[in-house]
Amino acid sequence: MMFKFTKVEKINLCFKTFRIFVLMGFITTGMKQTDTTRIVFSILGALVLLFIIAPLMGMFLQTEVPGFIEATKDKEVISSIRLTLMTSALGTLFFAILSVPFSYLLARKDFPLKRLVLGIIDLPVVIPHTAAGIAVLGFISRGTLVGKAADSIGLSLVGHPIGIALAMAFVSIPFLINAARDGFESVPVRLEQAAMNLGASPLRVFFTISLPLAWRNIVSGMIMMFARGMSEFGAVVIVAYHPMVAPVLIYERFGAFGLDYARPVAVLFILVSLVFFVALRMLSKKSYVGTKKYQ
Amino acid sequence: MLELKNISKKFEDFHIRDINLQVSKGDYYVVLGKSGAGKTLLLEIMAGMIIPDEGTVWLDEQNITSQRIQDRQMGLVFQDHAIFPHFTVSGNIAYPLKLRGYKGSGIDNRVKELAETMHISHLLHRYPDTLSGGEVQRTVLARTLALNPRLLLLDEPLSSLDVQYKKDLQGLLRELNRTGQTIVHVTHDYGEALALANRVGVMHQGTIVQQDAIRKVFRNPKNKFIADFVGIKNFFNAVIESIPGKKHKLARINENTAFYVLNDEIQGEVILTLEARSVLISRGKLDSTALNNFKGTISEVIPTHRGLEIIVDIGVELAVIITHESFERLGLDKGMEVWAGFKASAINIQRV
Repeated sequence: MMFKFTKVEKINLCFKTFRIFVLMGFITTGMKQTDTTRIVFSILGALVLLFIIAPLMGMFLQTEVPGFIEATKDKEVISSIRLTLMTSALGTLFFAILSVPFSYLLARKDFPLKRLVLGIIDLPVVIPHTAAGIAVLGFISRGTLVGKAADSIGLSLVGHPIGIALAMAFVSIPFLINAARDGFESVPVRLEQAAMNLGASPLRVFFTISLPLAWRNIVSGMIMMFARGMSEFGAVVIVAYHPMVAPVLIYERFGAFGLDYARPVAVLFILVSLVFFVALRMLSKKSYVGTKKYQ
Repeated sequence: MLELKNISKKFEDFHIRDINLQVSKGDYYVVLGKSGAGKTLLLEIMAGMIIPDEGTVWLDEQNITSQRIQDRQMGLVFQDHAIFPHFTVSGNIAYPLKLRGYKGSGIDNRVKELAETMHISHLLHRYPDTLSGGEVQRTVLARTLALNPRLLLLDEPLSSLDVQYKKDLQGLLRELNRTGQTIVHVTHDYGEALALANRVGVMHQGTIVQQDAIRKVFRNPKNKFIADFVGIKNFFNAVIESIPGKKHKLARINENTAFYVLNDEIQGEVILTLEARSVLISRGKLDSTALNNFKGTISEVIPTHRGLEIIVDIGVELAVIITHESFERLGLDKGMEVWAGFKASAINIQRV
C-alpha cells in the first residue's frame, strides 16, 4: 500500500482532491443558480473537509501493507483493541442506566441550582483530560472510600479494566446526558399528560412514551459516548498504562519505535472503530419504531 | 355528578376566577366561549393536570381536587389530539386497556369493538402520520373511550374537521351521549352547542357568566356579551321536506308549522336559526317577496338593550326585535294579532 509520489504529483493530487471537494460542496448545497456567496461558502467547506480528510488519507496511503497485516496478527494489538471496545461499551451501558433517568429529570423539571448542575455535567468536556485522569485516579485509588470499597471485594481499580472504563466514562458522559436530555425535551409534554390521563403512572409514562420517543437521541448519545470513550488517551493513560488500550498502545509504539510502527496500529484501530461506529449508527436507525417527528 | 366550586387559578398573564359549574349524569354540557376565555384551562382542572389555587372539584360527591391525574378516570380529548406517534391506531386504543389489566384477546376484542364504533376498523395497523385529521380524531376518541371514562372531556373536538367529518363526528358524539356517556365539550362555535348540548355554560374573561339549559341561555341571555355571542333567539329543530316541482323546500317544525327554506343539499333533521331582526311585523298581510308569512298573536313584549323584543306565537314562538318607534307607530300590544314575514333565504340551516 506504500505509494511514493513526487512533489509535483503530490501537489497535483492535492489540487484534484480539492476540486472534488468544491464540487461536492456545490452538489450538497443544491447549486441551482450561480451565487457568489454559495461558491465562497463551498470553498470554505471544502477546505474544512480537506483538513479533516487529508491527514487521515495521508496516513492510510503511507501505511505499508505488510506492516498493516502484521499489526492485524499482533496479539498485543488485537487484545488492546478488544479491551478498548469492551471497556468503553461497558462503561457506556453502565452509565446509561444511571444517566438516562437523570436526563429525563433535567429535561422535565426545574429545580434550584439547575444551571449549576448543567454546568457540572459539561465540566469533563472543558478540563484537560490528563487533569481528568488525575481526578479519577485520586477518586479510585486505594486510600479513598471507593478504592477501599473495591479493595474489600478484592478489586484494585487502578490498572484494572473497570478503572479504565471509569476514566473513559468520566470524559465522555456529557455526550450521553446532553443527547438524552435533548431527546426528552423534544417529546411533547402533552403526550405524557395524555398517557397519565389514560391512567398511566409516571413510571409507566416514562417507559411507554418518553423513553421510546427519545430513544433515537439516547442511542445516538450512547454511540457518541462509546466513541469518545474509546478514543480517550489522556485520562486513561494516567489511571492505567497497563493493560493497554489502543490509544495508549499507539502512543507507546510511537515513543518506542517511531511513526512507521505506530501507523499500522492506528490505521487498524481507526478501521475497527469506523466499522463499529457505522454499524451502530445503522442499527440505531433501524431500531427506531416511531414515525416522523411529532409536533 | 361533577361540580366545580369557586375555582380560581392565576397565571402570569391570565386567570380564571370564581368558576361554579355543575354537570349532571347524562348531561351533554357545552362550555361556550371565545378563544382565550379559559375553556381549555377549565378542562385541565377537571382532568387534574392543573391544580386550582382556590376552590374544589367534586366528582360523585367526592372531593377530587388533589387527586392524581391517573386516578381520575376522566378521559380528556386534547385539541391537538396527543396521539402517540410510535404506536399504531390499534396500539393507541389498547394503551389504556393494558393499564386497566386487560390481557391478550380481551384487549383485541375491546379494540375491535371501539374501532367499529368509531368506524376506524380498517385503520388499526396504520401509524398516526398516515392518517387524516378526522381519522386521528376518531382514534383518539376511541382511545379515550377505552378508558371507560366517568366523564368525557372534549377540547374543541370539531374545530379541525371538514364539514362531512364534522357531521359524522357530531352524530357519533350524540349517540355516545344517548347511551349514557356524560360529556363536557368546550367550543367557540355556538352552532356546536345548538347541535349537541342540553346544558351550556358561557365563559367570558375567565369566568362562567351564565349556565343553564341551552334554550334558556340562548333565549334569555343574561347580559350583552352573551346576547351578542349566542343571541340567536329563534332556533328550531326541523325536518326538511321536498316540494315536488319547486326549488325551495319546506322545513317542518311541527304538525302545523313549517318554513320555506332555500337549501339544495341538506336532508333530514336540521336546526333552523333565524335572526330576530330579520322578521318583519305588520298589522295586515304584506304583499312582499317574503315566502314565509304567518298570522300570530303577540304573547310577550320585553324591553332589551337593542329595542323591544316581541314574541309572536305562530304555532311556534318567534322572537322579533323592533324599535320603540315602530311599536308605537303600529299601535302594537300584547295579545294583538299580527303578521310576521321573513324570506326563505333569511333562515340558516344547520345539519344535526
